[in-house]
Amino acid sequence: MSVVTLTINGQLVSARASDTILLAAREAGIAIPTLCYLDGLSAHGGCRVCLVEIADSPRLQPACFMKVSEGMDVRTDTDRLREYRRMIVELLFAEGNHICSVCVANGSCELQDMAIAVGMDHERFEYMYPRREVDLSHDRFGIDHNRCILCTRCVRACDELEGAHTWDVAGRSSATKVITDLSQPWGESETCTSCGKCFMACPTGAIFRKGDTVAETDHDLKQLAFLVNAREKKQWNV
Amino acid sequence: MELMGLLDIATKEQQSRPPHQIRCCTAAGCLSAGSAAVLDRLRGAIQDAGLNERVRVAAVGCMRLCCQGPLVQVDPSDELYQQVTPDHAVSIVAGFNGGKVTAQRGNPNSPFFALQASVILQNSGRIEPERIETYIAAEGYQALYHVLHNRTPAQVIDEITRSGLRGRGGAAYPTGVKWATVAKNPGERKYVVCNADEGDPGAFMNRSVLESDPHRVLEGMAIAGYAIGANQGYIYVRGEYPLAVERLQTAIGQARNLGLLGSKVFATPFDFRIDLRTGAGAFVCGEETALMASIMGQRGTPTPRPPYPAEHGLWGMPTLLNNVETFANVPGILRHGADWFAGIGTEKSKGTKVFCLTGKVVNTGLVEVPLGTPLRRIVEDIGGGAPGGGTIKAVQTGGPSGGCIPAELFDTLVDYESLARLGSIMGSGGMIVLDQSNNMVDVARFFMQFCMDESCGKCIPCRAGTVQLYGLLTRILEGKAGEEDMRQLEALCDMVKHTSLCGLGQAAPNPTLSTLRYFRHEYEALLKPGSPAQRMGLPLVTAIAGNGT
Repeated sequence: MSVVTLTINGQLVSARASDTILLAAREAGIAIPTLCYLDGLSAHGGCRVCLVEIADSPRLQPACFMKVSEGMDVRTDTDRLREYRRMIVELLFAEGNHICSVCVANGSCELQDMAIAVGMDHERFEYMYPRREVDLSHDRFGIDHNRCILCTRCVRACDELEGAHTWDVAGRSSATKVITDLSQPWGESETCTSCGKCFMACPTGAIFRKGDTVAETDHDLKQLAFLVNAREKKQWNV
Repeated sequence: MELMGLLDIATKEQQSRPPHQIRCCTAAGCLSAGSAAVLDRLRGAIQDAGLNERVRVAAVGCMRLCCQGPLVQVDPSDELYQQVTPDHAVSIVAGFNGGKVTAQRGNPNSPFFALQASVILQNSGRIEPERIETYIAAEGYQALYHVLHNRTPAQVIDEITRSGLRGRGGAAYPTGVKWATVAKNPGERKYVVCNADEGDPGAFMNRSVLESDPHRVLEGMAIAGYAIGANQGYIYVRGEYPLAVERLQTAIGQARNLGLLGSKVFATPFDFRIDLRTGAGAFVCGEETALMASIMGQRGTPTPRPPYPAEHGLWGMPTLLNNVETFANVPGILRHGADWFAGIGTEKSKGTKVFCLTGKVVNTGLVEVPLGTPLRRIVEDIGGGAPGGGTIKAVQTGGPSGGCIPAELFDTLVDYESLARLGSIMGSGGMIVLDQSNNMVDVARFFMQFCMDESCGKCIPCRAGTVQLYGLLTRILEGKAGEEDMRQLEALCDMVKHTSLCGLGQAAPNPTLSTLRYFRHEYEALLKPGSPAQRMGLPLVTAIAGNGT
């Protein structure tokens, strides 16, 4: 496997040629924010918070998708990118109904963490206050679409790790939503194995365990990474 | 099928033609104006008048002047009749026996027709799209025969490259380079895909070509398949074009029956199959990665590029994706040579382009002109200017991804670079003429609403950003917006343009940006008087701060 050398934020970094910018940066200790990316799942490229600038490239590129190349000059934290990231997070808050104080994921929410990280101190866009549903038909889990940011991590975890493909995406524009089976109530799904991987993968409080208190909510992303590691590298030690 | 067989069909078709022919348009535009009944009456009247030996009625494709449909033209006199009713049709037939023709006469030598070119639309309105014999009689499929027998794939690609043809779907990528890339990329199978998911409001170029001359596209695709080493082609047609789908199916069946498609094309080792895939009504499926996902039976959403389809396309294989009009140019280039094609147009924009002229203009319909034609000639001479002595304000080109060009700039030449410099694009070829009664903020909002409704929902800037942009434009239109909203509008346009995943989102702000550039005063006239309006959102800090568990 060939190795290339590139520059990320002025720092020389070596990476495998098959690596994405995100992986290369992470190994070099440079954090690039992500929302829809999750270790062990295929890249999605939808949230756009991992966009980076590449010298001599007219377009911003998602670090989760873009492969490294020799001599590449990457910037991950310019003023422009910071402003775009903040606008993306603000768009998400305006789009759904995200009320942290009454959310079960308060304190263990990646959207909330991201809002703090990008320095969002108020919302500049108009709140849409959409009417969205809550599905509590499943025995152990529930989904509150008001808190869904459509990262599709549940869809990919269910398909790629559990192999059930219970979750999918339906509709378009602001009516886009994640569905179970053919848009049936979750509790009536014939494919759901109740494994809970969608809950683990969910970055917000959209998918939650019934009966959990705020203090008990723990998405346990490590569990998913552990599964992938065990399967792919046959490493069972955490 | 050998060359002799092809020529035989052509000769038979020509010999069987009576001295006179009445051509009646049966493309979607004229059909909606009632041309099916006209066609019926024409045929009935010929029968009744006993003129079968002298006159034939041909159901042809688009004759371009859609606003005057149904159109009927007579060969060889070239007499043109417009807004023909079934009763008029009878009188046209009676004319052959010395009767009085009551149908309204059109002028086939008017500037609308005289200033146009005929390359892509060469057969449109002349041949019968549902009869392959008429395409063959117009030298159809000879280019394919010639290519398969006398040219190597590399020579074909070289011919296309030297012609200077660029993609007609909007991105204007050099077609020869794209073909060479797909040809050189390794893969156990390769695919040719024709993008016929034409979705821009006001654009119907592809529909007209498919309804009027479907074999031209099939021949272009087969030549492409030979050049890049593919044995399978797909045409992705939008579901809203049932007539185009029907005629393509007929055309594919006819070509297969004659051995012009399928296995051993023209008795050579080259196999090429074409299948249709119909869209289900999503605009985003015109974007190449979404289109391919849809062909493969997945949800039609785009994926980031690279990798490009030329490297990693359908089922991971190298895939050539071109627009209908791009393929329609191919047989002509191979028949007449790259130099002939490169002789049309400007230095960087070769050939002709079909435009759909619609809106506040006298002549609406299909217009084919060499690239580099001044916009003024298209709008004022071919289009005939504004109806009822109105004043034309601007032309919107490129649909929801394009922009508005103000009347002061109508001397601009219509080519890829010139339109891009003005902040618009040629796009696939929609041209909507706007006059004084059109408020430009309203125009911008119309296209923003289109993009908002058609966003696939995958990436946040497009899904949520267009909603906010639409809201801002609405506030401005309703007179509720201030300076701050204008600033937010511009900042958000910039952000959506640069962070969206695919071309749909990246181009969604273009109509707004271009109207801001040329018609800013119309925005400012709508702003609320007085001090800048500061809008405050709900303070989120308190919500996040209430974090203790």
